[in-house]
Amino acid sequence: MNPSESPQTTQNFDPRLSLVVLLTLLVDMAVDGYDWVSGDFLANYPSYQPEDSGILSAMVGSLWLIGLTAAFSVPVGVASAVYLEEYASDGWFRRLIQINIANLAGVPSVVYGILGLALFVRFAAMGNSLLAGALTMSLLILPVVIIATQEALRAVPRGMRENAYALGATRWQVIQGHLLPTAAPGILTGVILSLSRAIGETAPLIVIGALTSARFLPRGVMDNFSALPLQIFDWTSRPQSEFQGLAAAGIIVLMVALLLMNLSAILLRNYYEQYQPT
Amino acid sequence: MPPSVAADDAPSEQQDAPPPPPATEATRREPDTAPEQDRERAQTPKVKTENLSFWYDEGDTQALDDITMAIQPNEVTAFIGPSGCGKSTLLRCFNRMNDLVQGTQMEGRVLVDGEDIYQKADPIMVRRRVGMVFQKPNPFPKSIRQNILWGARINGFTGDEDALVERSLRQAAIWDEVNDRLDASAYGLSGGQQQRLCIARALAVRPDVILMDEPTSALDPQAAAKVEETITELKKRYTIVIVTHNMQQASRISDATAFMYLGWLVEMSHTEKLFTRPEHQRTEDYITGRFG
Repeated sequence: MNPSESPQTTQNFDPRLSLVVLLTLLVDMAVDGYDWVSGDFLANYPSYQPEDSGILSAMVGSLWLIGLTAAFSVPVGVASAVYLEEYASDGWFRRLIQINIANLAGVPSVVYGILGLALFVRFAAMGNSLLAGALTMSLLILPVVIIATQEALRAVPRGMRENAYALGATRWQVIQGHLLPTAAPGILTGVILSLSRAIGETAPLIVIGALTSARFLPRGVMDNFSALPLQIFDWTSRPQSEFQGLAAAGIIVLMVALLLMNLSAILLRNYYEQYQPT
Repeated sequence: MPPSVAADDAPSEQQDAPPPPPATEATRREPDTAPEQDRERAQTPKVKTENLSFWYDEGDTQALDDITMAIQPNEVTAFIGPSGCGKSTLLRCFNRMNDLVQGTQMEGRVLVDGEDIYQKADPIMVRRRVGMVFQKPNPFPKSIRQNILWGARINGFTGDEDALVERSLRQAAIWDEVNDRLDASAYGLSGGQQQRLCIARALAVRPDVILMDEPTSALDPQAAAKVEETITELKKRYTIVIVTHNMQQASRISDATAFMYLGWLVEMSHTEKLFTRPEHQRTEDYITGRFG
């Protein structure tokens, strides 16, 4: 390909076209699912009767899953990034880890599912539990959290570090007093975007044996569970058109959750940016 | 945590520093009462280097070559020389800022108050005694007040914070301009004000020595003049080392001047003498603008 042509091609491509495609899909889904979204739909368990079906168990399962995943991946991810950026000396060991993290971010999610099945479900004998699911999801998004945090830390101006050190600050005082607060918007954005990836993941959950449809709520981290994408997957695989409508309704709920998460990412970032250099 | 220290003027009473050994007691001065002594007096230098050599890039690039010099207390000492001559590197050896750069090597000794700061002292403690102001004013994204207090707080300051803020800002000659908006963001200040705020912030940690790396080169002439005034005022209480590209500035504000070239210390003497009767041809060439 002629490199001089590629920017031209990009310019000729009308971004509104992709928006039209996306809108078509959204409208189609909204039309299919609109009639099915109701209070009952949110408050009921799935059922053989489409009109009695709901996504309560899937919603609660997803909430548990995301909460636990965040609780595992954020501390570990941020700590790893701080170690790599601020503590590790620049040797072969650091470069090896760095390359591994970059590659792990590109590994298909189903592979993480297999890892989770072997490591957490079988070896650690956690069974098909929420804990196993959340740990698997944490592994899946950890590389992205680490990379986002590293980039946010790297974006902190050098002068800020030097000034803080010159005042006699210890490394940890510099990190917690200046680097983390300054990098917080970037870290938060990365974390929320990775969590919204986790909330939509289906494959690893199927592999570790989460339920596609559950008629109970998990009461603890060792319980089996279902999640929104699994429930949607279950409904789309049924032949009756009523279940297709239910699947569309489930997608609407998932979409709203995703949009809310991304909105909160933007709001948090704006909130923190008020304290940043203009 | 160290005991609380009343917020009066006593920069030499470093709260975190261990009690000074007897040998250095003589160099500790009483602020305000210290008489303007003659430079030729027999006095222990505040900062001293002995055969200091320094390399970057795992020893591939030599930045300093066998530098031995002495910096007298309560004076402004200027480092001049063409770009890349090692003045900033030398300055950063005085508070171990070079520790933050990877792949550096050092030989020789740097003594502050007779104590080798690379031997036993903790770099954190060194930086609390030897403060630094950088070329680019770089206040923290906080209020003016918090900018001053951060350094003091991490050093365990538990005294009167308002008094500390006022004292530091007054010493940096910026109090009159900002006292009505201490809680406003430091980013709202002009460049010159920001630089004086950075000086005030360094003073709040109560150092003995203040290093300044081209503190006025990013400022307009008026703001630079104001900072120069501040420096002249500060030398009564502190020992100041300033790196500058501006020879007029060096001759205006410094008591001693060191001319460096390619990592060597070519000449160091009284500022007046160095600028009027330099001993070396290269110094004369540089100060008369024949090169550099």
